[in-house]
Amino acid sequence: MGEAIVITSGKGGVGKTTTTANLGTALALLDKKVCLVDTDIGLRNLDVIMGLENRIIYDIVDVVNERCGLKQALIKDKRFDCLYLLPAAQTSDKSEVSPEGIEKIVNELKQDYDYILIDCPAGIEQGYKNAVAGASKAIVVTTPEKSSVRDADRIIGLLEKEDIEPPHLVVNRIRNHMVKNGDMLDVDEIVQVLSIDLLGIVADDDEVIKASNHGEPVAFQPNTRASIAYRNIARRILGETVPLLSLENEKGMFSKVKKFFGMRS
Amino acid sequence: MKRPNLVSTENKYWGEPIVIGNKQLVTIKGTREGLTLYMDDTCSFQELLHELDHVLSTNSVDKDEPMITVTIQLGNRYLHKEQEEQLREVIRSKNKLVVDSIESNVISKNEALEWKEETDIKTITRIIRSGQVVEVKGDLLLIGDVNPGGKIAASGNIFVLGSLRGVAHAGVNGNREAVIAASYMSPSQLRIADFISRSPDYESEGIYMECGLVDEEKSKIVIDRLQVLSQKRPDLNGFERRILNG
Repeated sequence: MGEAIVITSGKGGVGKTTTTANLGTALALLDKKVCLVDTDIGLRNLDVIMGLENRIIYDIVDVVNERCGLKQALIKDKRFDCLYLLPAAQTSDKSEVSPEGIEKIVNELKQDYDYILIDCPAGIEQGYKNAVAGASKAIVVTTPEKSSVRDADRIIGLLEKEDIEPPHLVVNRIRNHMVKNGDMLDVDEIVQVLSIDLLGIVADDDEVIKASNHGEPVAFQPNTRASIAYRNIARRILGETVPLLSLENEKGMFSKVKKFFGMRS
Repeated sequence: MKRPNLVSTENKYWGEPIVIGNKQLVTIKGTREGLTLYMDDTCSFQELLHELDHVLSTNSVDKDEPMITVTIQLGNRYLHKEQEEQLREVIRSKNKLVVDSIESNVISKNEALEWKEETDIKTITRIIRSGQVVEVKGDLLLIGDVNPGGKIAASGNIFVLGSLRGVAHAGVNGNREAVIAASYMSPSQLRIADFISRSPDYESEGIYMECGLVDEEKSKIVIDRLQVLSQKRPDLNGFERRILNG
């Protein structure tokens, strides 16, 4: 019996989809059977980041409306045998599926997969309700910006009303130099305001965007800052205790990475 | 000034029916502020009205005398709204008499419950997050934070054992004496009764152990150390406050 985790943020553009893709990849790297579910109907992205866009035949709306079976709609990843994607529909609307429909699909997926990662659309309307319906755990993604933290706070408040475990926090796209200058909220401040458990922090890294554009999640790369961060988060999801990269460590690691590149070039 | 039926109640507490000849249902006592009418609380209301009418009718006053304010002490009698109106009507029909207040030892259960609610401290243990609103009657003791975008409101005072980063509104029904106290004060807005103050436009750090209260002289909300409350709002002390509010 698998675990369904919804990845949500309230605000758009903070990296929900990127996080979903990378955690899925990282969990697959750790030999878990993972299914990614994109519930952002009408604005699907997860398939693009995974590089699976051209393989879509059926989507989640087809499954909900029983135009096809669930297994028919699942797309196997090109890199891993244990990683699957259930894509969203691009042509329909969020109102075409109901929370019950999604819940049924997720419960079915739980039989076959260890982890079901549900990529939630931005906002707190129908799409959010759909995404949360089947989940038993939640990860809230935020960036070190006030507006994003505010929306994360709102989402946490809404999640508290759902029948799921207290959500965990991923702080995404931290720019170390801005935090140091005090131009960006630091992680401690965010955790203090949101007062939920911190699952991981991910530094802002050009590699993430580069990798996404190539349809290959950054977690697949062995040695970038972001990929290590994502893989650490995946290990924490599995229950391992992995120390958080403290800011000092990160600086150390950053220079190590720079050195690594410096040596290569 | 002639005041018939004036009975000295010195050395007697008034609840005891004062009997002169027949049992007297209405007792009048003159004070510096005016008249106090003590009503018997065992007879029927009709009897009482009749007696009152009779007693006051014998009271003739000169035209040039000033208005006399009357306080009515009902004892252990409960009056409905209509009865109260009837009582006022009887007194109003007499010259030179103005009803100042009607006091009774008893209140209805509903009133009592409402009063209890108004003076109670409601304790809430949770985080008020963005978009969430908590409103209570009476005082609010919040054990937890109010995050930016969250709002708490109370008809009485607000005490936050935690960080106040959102909006707090004390004395929503117009009580300007209400205060807002927080372990960490960094609100986006403080509201007390009909006063509103907002945080400064420049980035500012919050302050620990502060309170907000209305300064009547400046007629705005001021923020000060918690310690000033003992001087500026001495009524906050539990027991005295109950009595004052009653």
